[in-house]
Amino acid sequence: MSEEQHATLVAEQFDDQVQQYQAASLGMWVFLTTEVLFFGGLFASYTIYRYLHYPGFEIGSHHLEVLWGATNTAVLICSSLTMALAVRAAQLGKIKDLIGLLVVTLIFGLIFLFIKFAMEWRHEYLHGLAPGVNFTYAGPHAHQVEMFMIFYFVLTGLHALHMIVGCGIMTTLIILAARGAFSKGHYNAVEIAGLYWHFVDIVWIFLFPLLYLIGGRY
Amino acid sequence: MGTVTTTTLQQPQAEEYRVHYLNAAYGIKSWLLTTDHKRIAWLYLMSTTFFFIVGGVAAAMMRLNLISPQGAIVEPATYNKLFTIHGTIMIFFFLAPVVPTVLGNFLIPMMIGARDVAFPKLNLLSWYIFITAGMFLLYSVIAGGVDTGWTFYTPLSTSYVDTHVVSAAMAVFISGFSSILTGLNFVVTIHKMRCPGLTWFRLPLFIWSLYAASLIFILAMPVIAITMVLVVLERLFHVGIFDPALGGDPILFQHLFWFFGHPEVYVLVLPAMGVISELIAAFSRRRVFGYGFVAFSSFGIALLGFLVWGHHMFVSGQSVYAGIFFSAMTMAVAIPSAIKVFSWTATLYKGSVSYEAPMLYALGFIGLFTIGGLTGVFLASLGLDVFLHDTYFVIAHFHFIMVGGAIMGYMGGLHYWWPKMTGKLYPDYWARLAACIIFIGFVLTFGPQFILGFEGMPRRYAMYPPNFQFLNIMSSAGASILAVGYIMPLFYLIWSLKYGADAGPNPWGVKGLEWETASPPPVHNFDKTPVVTEEAYAYGAHPAPVTTAAS
Amino acid sequence: MLCLLPLLPKQASTMAPAVDHLLWFVIGISIFFTALIFILLLVFAIKYRRRSPDEVPQQIHGHIPLEVTWTVIPIIIVIIIFVWGADLFVRENRPPADAVHVYVVGKQWMWKLQHPEGPREINTLHIPVGVPVELTLTSQDVIHDFAVPAFRIKTDVLPDRYTTEWFTATKTGTFPLYCDQYCGTFHSEMRGDVIVMTPLAYERWLSGGMHHTESMAAAGAKLYESYGCITCHGTGKAPPFVGLYGSKVRLEGGQTVIANDAYIRQSILDPSSQVVLGYKPIMPTFQGQISEDQILQIIAYIQSLETTPGAQGAEPTKETK
Repeated sequence: MSEEQHATLVAEQFDDQVQQYQAASLGMWVFLTTEVLFFGGLFASYTIYRYLHYPGFEIGSHHLEVLWGATNTAVLICSSLTMALAVRAAQLGKIKDLIGLLVVTLIFGLIFLFIKFAMEWRHEYLHGLAPGVNFTYAGPHAHQVEMFMIFYFVLTGLHALHMIVGCGIMTTLIILAARGAFSKGHYNAVEIAGLYWHFVDIVWIFLFPLLYLIGGRY
Repeated sequence: MGTVTTTTLQQPQAEEYRVHYLNAAYGIKSWLLTTDHKRIAWLYLMSTTFFFIVGGVAAAMMRLNLISPQGAIVEPATYNKLFTIHGTIMIFFFLAPVVPTVLGNFLIPMMIGARDVAFPKLNLLSWYIFITAGMFLLYSVIAGGVDTGWTFYTPLSTSYVDTHVVSAAMAVFISGFSSILTGLNFVVTIHKMRCPGLTWFRLPLFIWSLYAASLIFILAMPVIAITMVLVVLERLFHVGIFDPALGGDPILFQHLFWFFGHPEVYVLVLPAMGVISELIAAFSRRRVFGYGFVAFSSFGIALLGFLVWGHHMFVSGQSVYAGIFFSAMTMAVAIPSAIKVFSWTATLYKGSVSYEAPMLYALGFIGLFTIGGLTGVFLASLGLDVFLHDTYFVIAHFHFIMVGGAIMGYMGGLHYWWPKMTGKLYPDYWARLAACIIFIGFVLTFGPQFILGFEGMPRRYAMYPPNFQFLNIMSSAGASILAVGYIMPLFYLIWSLKYGADAGPNPWGVKGLEWETASPPPVHNFDKTPVVTEEAYAYGAHPAPVTTAAS
Repeated sequence: MLCLLPLLPKQASTMAPAVDHLLWFVIGISIFFTALIFILLLVFAIKYRRRSPDEVPQQIHGHIPLEVTWTVIPIIIVIIIFVWGADLFVRENRPPADAVHVYVVGKQWMWKLQHPEGPREINTLHIPVGVPVELTLTSQDVIHDFAVPAFRIKTDVLPDRYTTEWFTATKTGTFPLYCDQYCGTFHSEMRGDVIVMTPLAYERWLSGGMHHTESMAAAGAKLYESYGCITCHGTGKAPPFVGLYGSKVRLEGGQTVIANDAYIRQSILDPSSQVVLGYKPIMPTFQGQISEDQILQIIAYIQSLETTPGAQGAEPTKETK
């Protein structure tokens, strides 16, 4: 990279590329910390209500389709793999591989969202398990089941919102990569987006057992 | 005794032709699309002042209403909306943003020798998010108001009022993101953009306190965000997250709310404390006594502040053991604040004290914050809180800290750095007069409220038994004086923009990187990146003072 | 002039003087430190005022012994205040066993009070002087708070659960009571009076009222039949009530709980959540069909059913859930 091209990649408030990279990285870590607290309030509330209303939560959990949830878990784990490989590709300057891997990651994300909305949420709505819009469950512990379903929708909905943002970020990265914005040594955005993607994945890793696997299925 | 050398920069051009951040570009787009932290500070100054006026009008109407036991000017339903709007605006749209986004935005890069914050575009986005939140809030006011109190307790707010809770809760939710992004920006800036030689323990105390406040923004604001989301969902979809009929728990709401709410009030006061450290040092020409203790006390307050939230819930039905834990923690958090007060006082000892307006505000802060903090100890004590909870004693306590403390800190900082921000001097006589009027008006307004609290008058009462009337009238009379004090700066500060004398780079003759550059500063703050070789507040230091590569 | 203003309400309960002692101690500490800071600031600001524009004073960075002192002394003071206040609080949370009970239901925007002997009141509470009184409170809607400043006591009043508050009045007279948790439009009108009478006058007032209303237990007995509880609980299909109140109950699922007010209330409103060991979960819920006042009457009825006449049941522990 020539001096001028290198210089134009550093924003004017920074002294050099290293400072810019470190600032962007720290910024993403701080942002992820706020996200931990954001989801944390929900997780804390969920935990308290699950302790207080275990029977209803177990029934609610058994109404979810474990197969879809497990599939989505596998999809996200694969997407984290492809994301990590994409960062590696950028590190090595292999831009074609980078674009390909980002596209695959994006597709995995879209598959996740499709399963979540078109399969699971639609299924729960049609079966009268959607509090506030269509909740008709009248079996034992109905109120507790409703509480479980509220948390299910809020937790997975918030997570899905973050996935949508993540897909938007992937799309942006793909476009930027196609325009030649990245190269060996200049791929900060890819790495930082990777941090975000992995975080969203980790949230799901917690959500899946908490929501789908209450009480076992034997 | 040495002499203070004020660095006079070589001005290559006459003052009226010098290019600086205010005249480098003109037009509305250059302001609304700016990424210059100094201009963004002005955007925030305009908007927070606007909200202060709205919140202040609500307060004025409340105090007018309370002149009569039956309510002098409004119905109870309206009064309830007034105190809700007053609290929500003052906390989320004035006090939380004002010192960080006005003074912090302007000064952090300058105090650390940087050209801007780490993420200037994010900084501008924060302001637009703030304005969006403000639109939601103004909508809820104009559309008819909200009457849940700024604390939105459930199930009242979720199931029993038919006022504009959703838009108000959305306003709070959105404003939280503005603060989170500002806090994020500040943390990264302070970590990564300090100029050469500026180690952590050479930082001005204002930076330490803003860093601590930013940590609170990052950790506490997300919790109020999710709590407001849940309240909105409960209202919109009629689901019962906090509704007992569904097995929901209204006390869970209180825990979530106050887990945010208590650290939030430290966010409101820590930056102002940072300002006071700067003012005390500047106007006694002394390094703040016990710099290390004071720096760490900011972190102590921030950290301990996360462990005390249950002291808002001593009589809520919470367990006795929880109450005992939270009471002990609350006593603990009083100690770092006490250390600050003693350290500031000791800084004056054998100092060289002058009495310009900023110093009057600083001295007022220390006195009033001491009272506010001590009255917090009453409330931290379980046996006394049972008596005083939700009475006017609590109102007086937090106004002594928020108004006698935080707002006076902001006013002191505004007056101190006004010459730097504008390049103009305001008439110190009027400024000092306003400071005195504010102090007197404040004490007359809120002093009687301690007694009202002892006598048992509950808070959030639109009407009250006649035996409380005398003290209420005294408090309202004091409020009218306080209002005069707040209106005065509007006049002389605006006057100074056109008619004030040129300030020069260092009108106060003080130490600090921000005073080593011109007033108003150039667009990139410094002509060359400074190199720091001495401690903060190095009055009387030998050998070299702070250098810029140019000199 | 300040002594002409009543600083504190009359001390009208046994706890009030104790609370006021701590209050005055903290007031004293506060005045001391406030005066100290104000005086020091004033003295330093004047004594060390700048005398020439170029003056630079001696730089004092710190003084460890001083800083340690002014950290340790406040720590000691706050520990004292903490322990003292915690002790008061624990005492305020331990009602005496022989307290007279009164049941309070708060709703927007009034207080409904019921004495076990029958008389009901709105926004007024008649009690005898010198006798411990324990209130059991619940709300029909939002969170309220029952505050009596003269007794230095208050507690939040919550929907769907019971809170308690106790006091022993030491003076006859009328003392204001306030709702002290914002509860909506007419929160500031949700006020009333506590009327403390001599024991004789109280008995007369009580029996005057009793001519017109039946006792809570009698009302509860009527509800026991009219709501159909008797069809199962009186025939062996469901756990019997005799001797139930205050006893230990073993549930399906292994837990053991105490049959207190909260337990009985939950059994009425959400029976499937705690089924007694050996019984089937067939009890229907009465959520939405029975009022808080009626639940309290049923509790009073159950409480009146001792195993042997005249014997004291197990100490009723008013645990709130």
